[in-house]
This record gives sequence, structure tokens and C-alpha cells, in this order.
Amino acid sequence: MTVKKQSVEDLLGYNKFNADEKNPHIVIDKALCAQCTDKPCLVACPAVLYRQKGENSEVTFDHLGCLECGTCRIVCHNHGNKGIVKWDYPVGTFGISYRYG
Amino acid sequence: MSDEEKLDVIIVGGGLAGLAAAYVLAKAGKEVVLIERGTACGNKNMTGGRLYVYSLLSLLGPELLAEAPLERAIVKEQITMVSATGGMTLDYTDYSFKEGIPQSYSILRSVFDDWLAGKAEEAGAMIVTGIHVDKIMEKNGKIVGVDAAGEEMFADTVIAADGVNSFMAQQAGLRNDLTSREVGVGVKEMIELPEEVINSRFGLQAGEGATRLFVGVSNGISGGGFLYTNKSSLSLGLVVNSRGLGNQRKKLHTLMQEFKMHPAVYPLLDGGKTVEYAAHLVNELGFVGLPQQLYRDGLVVIGDAAGFVINMGNTIRGMDLAIWSGIAVAKAILEARTSAEVGPRYMENIERDLIPTMKVYQSYPKLLEIPRMFTEYPKLANDMMHYLFAVDGSVPPKLSKAMLGIVKNNVSLGSLLSDGWKGVTSL
Ligand SMILES: Cc1cc2nc3c(=O)[nH]c(=O)nc-3n(C[C@H](O)[C@H](O)[C@H](O)COP(=O)(O)OP(=O)(O)OC[C@H]3O[C@@H](n4cnc5c(N)ncnc54)[C@H](O)[C@@H]3O)c2cc1C
Ligand code: SF4
Ligand code: SF4
Repeated sequence: MTVKKQSVEDLLGYNKFNADEKNPHIVIDKALCAQCTDKPCLVACPAVLYRQKGENSEVTFDHLGCLECGTCRIVCHNHGNKGIVKWDYPVGTFGISYRYG
Repeated sequence: MSDEEKLDVIIVGGGLAGLAAAYVLAKAGKEVVLIERGTACGNKNMTGGRLYVYSLLSLLGPELLAEAPLERAIVKEQITMVSATGGMTLDYTDYSFKEGIPQSYSILRSVFDDWLAGKAEEAGAMIVTGIHVDKIMEKNGKIVGVDAAGEEMFADTVIAADGVNSFMAQQAGLRNDLTSREVGVGVKEMIELPEEVINSRFGLQAGEGATRLFVGVSNGISGGGFLYTNKSSLSLGLVVNSRGLGNQRKKLHTLMQEFKMHPAVYPLLDGGKTVEYAAHLVNELGFVGLPQQLYRDGLVVIGDAAGFVINMGNTIRGMDLAIWSGIAVAKAILEARTSAEVGPRYMENIERDLIPTMKVYQSYPKLLEIPRMFTEYPKLANDMMHYLFAVDGSVPPKLSKAMLGIVKNNVSLGSLLSDGWKGVTSL
């Protein structure tokens, strides 16, 4: 199979993760997200982990698949939003493990 | 560990900056512990791909440098102004770049950092992996150690080498959290392709490498695409300013896929196989973005954590500076008679060896914030080329008239002059 346009799920599937299922290292407050108008996290997260089904639906977030870059925290807080209430790196040994980097 | 069992140095972060410092200090006989949150050094790290090796040579010497897992010596530099249907490429080849000590190599961080960690360990440093440092500890206004997963460790000096997000520097009050203007976000696909295919496709001999830059692929956001040839893979990625990214509506993942499939890019990748998808932040403000203060009593900040990155538009330099700052702090520790002297000595070294270079490029970020650089100008260049090479049998307009028309169609004369002025004064 050659290089082609791929969904983010397919791309994340190539990565090596040690998932910390129970312990999300990033937490959002959905009530605060509901007040956020521009929702930059939806476009800025390279792993597309922030999602919204329709205009008025709630923003959901899944920490599994996180590349630990920090982009969401920065665009959220810099656009005057507060929805990301916790942003930490995963606890030691958990999370992404790049084989190439 | 009690206060009495104090180490000479604790380093937080096993990227290039931390590892360089650990190597020099351990070689000089200091008792040094480096703590890295990844399960091995390098496996949380990502870069574009090109390391200018002068500082690595200074760190290791020529013999060890020859052993280092470097991918290809870069001899070919190409910049493509992309249009919707193709692109105009500037191509520069210079074989002197690989003579003697080649000036730059493509590298893979997971492989390279792990190797360097091995060298630091051989020199006597203790490298602890899989542990996240939670906080720095303070006593009477002095930083005295760190708390990692509930274990307290003490040292004369703590080095924050924890990369661009540097929570250590933030905790110490030396930096605020990053603003979206000052960082770009990079995404990258690692694409496997046989060595011989890379050689013939890019016009390279064994061991030689090419870098390619693509302007006009970032949906008008300050940034661009890059491609580095590794031994048997390609590092293909996109870096865009995070403020610009948050201000538009296209997903970064979509931008990356469109870039990959662009007619000027895809033929370079054809037949390859994506094997990894990575993302990382990068400082973009250079000298103007540096924190006021890079040390406190007992703590020194180096590498990305200190903001040591030069973004020249055509190339990003952070890895060579990370190593350079690691060497600078190690020297300061070795020279200082008391731990209070470390910070000021470090600053002296930095002011002498690193800051002057960063100052030369201090106006570049301003130039790179002009949105026309990433939309109108690439289109302008391509339209001009189109005029020169497109023949359809109809009577063409005169050259001078055609060119003026092309310019007017793309940008106003006023902004062309003002951008030109900014360009000249930035250099
Ligand atoms: C897309 C992109 C392209 C780039 N291209 C280039 C290029 O071509 N050439 C170039 O020279 N530079 C380039 N750069 C910049 C370069 O990658 C960085 O400047 C360089 O990696 C900085 O090294 P560092 O050691 O300071 O930080 P890092 O390499 O980020 O190392 C920091 C380390 O600290 C660890 N860490 C963080 N927090 C903790 C904690 N609390 N406890 C324990 N460990 C911790 C991390 O796991 C990591 O290993 C690029 C950057 C990006 C994002
Ligand atoms: S840290 Fe990066 S990858 Fe993880 S959720 Fe935030 S933006 Fe997405
Ligand atoms: S930007 Fe912040 S507040 Fe807005 S939707 Fe995203 S996480 Fe929530």
C-alpha cells in the first residue's frame, strides 16, 4: 500500500501508545466549553481528539491518542477560553512512544 | 533521599539540551542524575529533521561524532513556492556541505537521543527514564531539588531541560505559559521508502541528503511544509503558527493530508508507507521571545525550555542551540566556585556564544507574520512562471504588461513595497 490520504484514526493507529485508560492527563469542563464561541481546539488538535457533532452539541474529548504536544491548552487559553481545566503530561511510562521522532 | 545526600546536578529532561549537559558534567566527574519521562530518551521527542553538527562536534569530538546515528549529510536544498496546480522550485546543491565535517545531517530523534543517552551513561551520568518530574522544590528562596513521582531528590543545581512547554521554568516563575503567537505546531508523517528509491528520486549519492521546503501550503497561516530525506525514510511535515491555526476553520490534520496529496509533493512520496504520525510545538519568536531571566539561585534553564530556537523561514535551528546551551551550562557549573555563581556564569557563556547569533535573526519573525508571504507571493511567482512557459497559440500580452498585470492581480503595489521594505530591513 502506498502513501494516501488517511483518516486521523488510521494515522494514530501506526503509533505506539501505552494507554493510561483510567487516568486522563487532560480534562475539559463541558459547561465552560459550551460558553466558548470559536472552539479553536476542534481544528488545532493534530490528533482531532476534540469533537463536536453539530453546531449546538457538546464538545467531547478523548485523551487516548494524545500526542502530548500542548497545542490545545495554548489555543484554548489564548483565545480567552477556560474549558481545559487540567493539562499535564501522562504519568511516567504512559502515553505516546515515538519509534522514529 | 535526604538533604545530606545531595547530588551535584539534577537534569530534568533527556532531550538534546539535557543530554549534552549530562555528558559534559559526567565526563568532568560530577555526580549527575538526568530524569526523563519517556521510557527511553527520545521517544517523546519530534523534530523536523536537520541537525547542524558544529555543536555536536564540539561536544563529542570527531571520533565519537563518526559513530553517531546520523541519517544523511544534506547537500541539496530546495524551496518550492506552491500553487494550486504545481510549484516553482529554487534548487541549490553544494557538495562542499559534506566535506570534512559536514554542516548538517537529517536525524531521527528517537534513535539519536537514545544513542546520546548511552554515551552520557558511559561517561558516568545516571539516566533515569520513565519518571515524570512533578515539581521543583524550593527552600529559603533557593531551588534545592525536585519531586518526581513522590520521591524527593536534592542537588546543588537543577537544570530545566524539559522542552518547549517547560513547566519547570513556569513553576520557578521565570516564564509564563506559552502564548499562541509565540509557538508553531508541527505535524509529521514518517514515510518509509527504500534507500535506492530516495537516492534516484532526489538525485543523491549514498549518504547524501536533500531538504525540501514548501511555501503556500498552510492555508494562509504563517508556516510551511518540509521534507527531509533520511536513510530509508522521509520526514514529511507541516509547521503552522498556533494563533493562525486557531483563527481559521480547517483542521490541522486536513491541512497535512492536503499537503501530502498536493501534485508538487505526492510524486516524491509515491510508493512509500506511512509508519508514524507525530506532533510537537516549536518556539517561533527567536530572540524577542526569550524570557527576561534564565536562572534563579539553584536553577538554570536551557534548550527549548529557554526558547533557544531560530526560525529563519527556510530552516529552523533549535537542536544545535539546545546542545550549545547544554555545553554552556555544564561549563558554567564546572567554572563556578559556589552554586550561586552558576547562573551568572551561564549567562556570560550564553551572551558570548549564543545570543549574538539569535540577534542577527531577530527581525525574521516579523517578516514571517506577513500573511501575504504564504498566499499571494507564492501565487505571484507561479503566475509569472506560467506566463513564461505556457504556450497555447494565442497572441500573448507583452512581457512588461503581463508582469504588471500579474502583480496587480495578486497584491497591491503598496503592500508589495511595504513588504519589500520590511524584508530588506529584516536582513
Ligand atoms: C516540527 C518541528 C521541526 C523542527 N525542525 C528542526 C530542525 O530541522 N532543526 C533543528 O535544529 N531544530 C528543529 N526543531 C526544533 C528542535 O526540535 C528543538 O529545538 C529541540 O528538540 C530542543 O531540544 P531540547 O532538548 O531543548 O528539548 P526536547 O527535545 O523537547 O527535550 C525535552 C525533554 O524533556 C522531557 N521532559 C519534559 N518534561 C519533563 C518532566 N516533567 N519530567 C521528565 N522529563 C520531562 C521530554 O520528554 C523530552 O525528552 C523543530 C521542531 C519542530 C516541532
Ligand atoms: S496535547 Fe496535542 S494531541 Fe494532545 S489533546 Fe492537546 S492538541 Fe491534541
Ligand atoms: S477551546 Fe477550550 S473552552 Fe473552547 S471548546 Fe475547546 S477546550 Fe472548550
